[in-house]
Amino acid sequence: MTPSQPIDPHALDHHHVKGLAHHFDDMDQQHEAATLGMWAFLATEVLFFGGALAGYAVYRSRYGDAFAAASHHLYLWIGVINTAVLLTSSFMMALAVNAAKQGNRKKIVTFLILTILLGLAFLCIKGIEYYLDYREHLVPGNIFEANWHEIFPHIDGAHPGSMMFLRQVQLFLMFYYILTGIHAVHMIVGISVMIVLAVKASRGRYTAEYNSPIDMAGLYWHFVDVVWIFLLPLLYMVQH
Amino acid sequence: MTTVPYSSSLGRETTYLNHSHKIRSWLLTLDHKRIAILYMISITFFFVIGGIAAVLMRLELMTPQGDLVKAETYNKLFTMHGVMMVFFFLIPSIPAVLGNFLIPLMVGAKDLAFPRLNLASWYLFMTGGIFALVALVAGGVDTGWTFYTPYSSNYSNTYVVLTVVGIFINGFSSILTGLNFIVTIHTMRAPGLTWFRLPLFCWSLYATSLIFILGTPVLAITLVLVGVERIFHIGVFDPSLGGDPILFQHLFWFYSHPAVYIMVLPSMGVVSEVITCFSRKRIFGYAFVAFSSVAIAVLGFLVWGHHLFVSGQSIYGGLIFSILSFMVAIPSGVKVFNWTATLYKGSISLQTPMLYVLGFIGLFTIGGLTGLYVASIAVDVHVTDTYFIIAHFHYIMVGGAVMAYMAGIHFWWPKMTGKMYPEWWGRFSALMIFVGFNLTFFPQFILGYLGMPRRYYAYAPEFQALNVLSTAGASILGIGYLLPLLYLLWSLRWGKDAGPNPFRATGLEWKTSSPPPTENFEKTPIVNEEAYAYHRMEMTGDTVATH
Repeated sequence: MTPSQPIDPHALDHHHVKGLAHHFDDMDQQHEAATLGMWAFLATEVLFFGGALAGYAVYRSRYGDAFAAASHHLYLWIGVINTAVLLTSSFMMALAVNAAKQGNRKKIVTFLILTILLGLAFLCIKGIEYYLDYREHLVPGNIFEANWHEIFPHIDGAHPGSMMFLRQVQLFLMFYYILTGIHAVHMIVGISVMIVLAVKASRGRYTAEYNSPIDMAGLYWHFVDVVWIFLLPLLYMVQH
Repeated sequence: MTTVPYSSSLGRETTYLNHSHKIRSWLLTLDHKRIAILYMISITFFFVIGGIAAVLMRLELMTPQGDLVKAETYNKLFTMHGVMMVFFFLIPSIPAVLGNFLIPLMVGAKDLAFPRLNLASWYLFMTGGIFALVALVAGGVDTGWTFYTPYSSNYSNTYVVLTVVGIFINGFSSILTGLNFIVTIHTMRAPGLTWFRLPLFCWSLYATSLIFILGTPVLAITLVLVGVERIFHIGVFDPSLGGDPILFQHLFWFYSHPAVYIMVLPSMGVVSEVITCFSRKRIFGYAFVAFSSVAIAVLGFLVWGHHLFVSGQSIYGGLIFSILSFMVAIPSGVKVFNWTATLYKGSISLQTPMLYVLGFIGLFTIGGLTGLYVASIAVDVHVTDTYFIIAHFHYIMVGGAVMAYMAGIHFWWPKMTGKMYPEWWGRFSALMIFVGFNLTFFPQFILGYLGMPRRYYAYAPEFQALNVLSTAGASILGIGYLLPLLYLLWSLRWGKDAGPNPFRATGLEWKTSSPPPTENFEKTPIVNEEAYAYHRMEMTGDTVATH
């Protein structure tokens, strides 16, 4: 038999500890669980983006010319500016996490707001870019089908290979919208979470002892950043 | 010596079941035990829907001509059967019901690491299920549960998108459940509960959870791509639009083959718990059984290509996937031999859970060995898309996973409800399920080998005799499933009180009262012993009193 010795119940009485959920024994255990949970979640995310990137890899290796031609029409300079914006946002996040470790309420709030603002700036710039893409008919489907000769004036529509080429271009555009779209959804989720965290932080919820949520949001935000660093060369720089 | 106090089962003490009876206290509960019950009720509902589809299919197949339903209806029936049974019953079955209930108890914790996430998983599951049900009521889907492109993405005129959205949402329920289990097992074990003292059920669910979090997202993104292709007519998978349908099959099976191990790994965990208890012996080769679960999960990710032997995959690809598929037999064989060795010289008692488990071992062995047939490229070319495949995977999914689910439900029913099920009826229906199952599916091996293709509502007249046998078996199987539903419900009111440990089993879940209190243990237990110390229990005669 497994003896289960009674232990002092007062040793388990931790309800006075701020931020500690009832089913954890102590802060360390809770923080460890949160960290492992976030890393496991990020592993899931890697596979989520990985599925789409596997499809991208197959088609890029097969339709390299069309992918390069289509990629050439994207706004690389906007992509580069956005990369800078997002990296700076990630830096602010790192400062927020650092401030949380010190339990500095004012700094946490400031840096979270800066992170959020830079994230929003990224989304605005991305939105403008989508609009410019749309204006150039870089949208797979009917819009592209009706206007492709403006984008590729040198292509002869009567040539048998050209229809295939145009479909491959649309395949690239589809991956462009899917990958950047899913990335943007992740940004929106992250920003929403950080707004909640900023409000809670301003009310003094986070201390030097209890700051796991900010730490976890930081991990997530850096992950979203890393995804973008992969997307930039894969989408904008095929030809470069 | 056990010193944990448990109150007498007079129904006076507060348990997780009776601390509140308000509907709100169930729908907003954060208690892993209540969430397990929510799952149990919901998956039983989906099982019934999938079962009705199966009944209609078997009735149609009584005669060679298509007479009961139209061909289109038949296509929708087998699709609905597959979608409901795979995504909404088998995958959540043991993990979401028994895993949710037992993992915190087995590791000596008060709850899973993330209780709110756990409740969110159930809501995601139900939302996904409602999408699939709406698709069913609106007119159904006819693509088969595999959604092969380009039929699913550009040609089928049925509710593909709605169903796919349902499965997509349901996938996140799996992911979050898996994440919760992994973190709980890592960080919330009671003092003294080392990895190698964990019950093997925890090991097998840990392996299952790895597949949940690493496989499911790939299915999710694949279904997104199918939806995009279908809605916007962009050629991701449709060759006429420049896409590649084989890519879909690769991505789909990258999840869906490991999904088979999602179904069978938790079953193996149940088997290890039950077989030790009813042989009164420690498990033979604990570490081998534990690591073979992990090995199956890892190897399971490397064998998806055996679904593509006839799809235009390269011959070298086929060869490699064939060899890797054979390798899965090694850890599976390790388990079967270790269970058998556990029986050796044990004092075996054939109570209901044990009957199911013995059934599992036999049927899983047949299902596994026929898996080697279809892992051989030449044989697979002959039997692809025939009833041989149907029979093979039903031996794993029904003969394996469902048998073990039934074993687990009976074994832990006293713990979950505090009541005993009627033993005679339990044994009787276990026997019926075993007989009915074999009568249903064994003829299908022969039918498939003779060349009867799957997914047709009519067939050549010479196949009728075996089909009638199969339908007869299915009706026995159906009654076999109906009986437990009735007597388990009956036992809630009229069953004998179980007491904390009616089967004299080891494991922390048996050290608390039945049903357990909301916080699981009055005091955090301390473990200083291996998982299956039955030999010591038998020697010292030290048992928790049985009722």
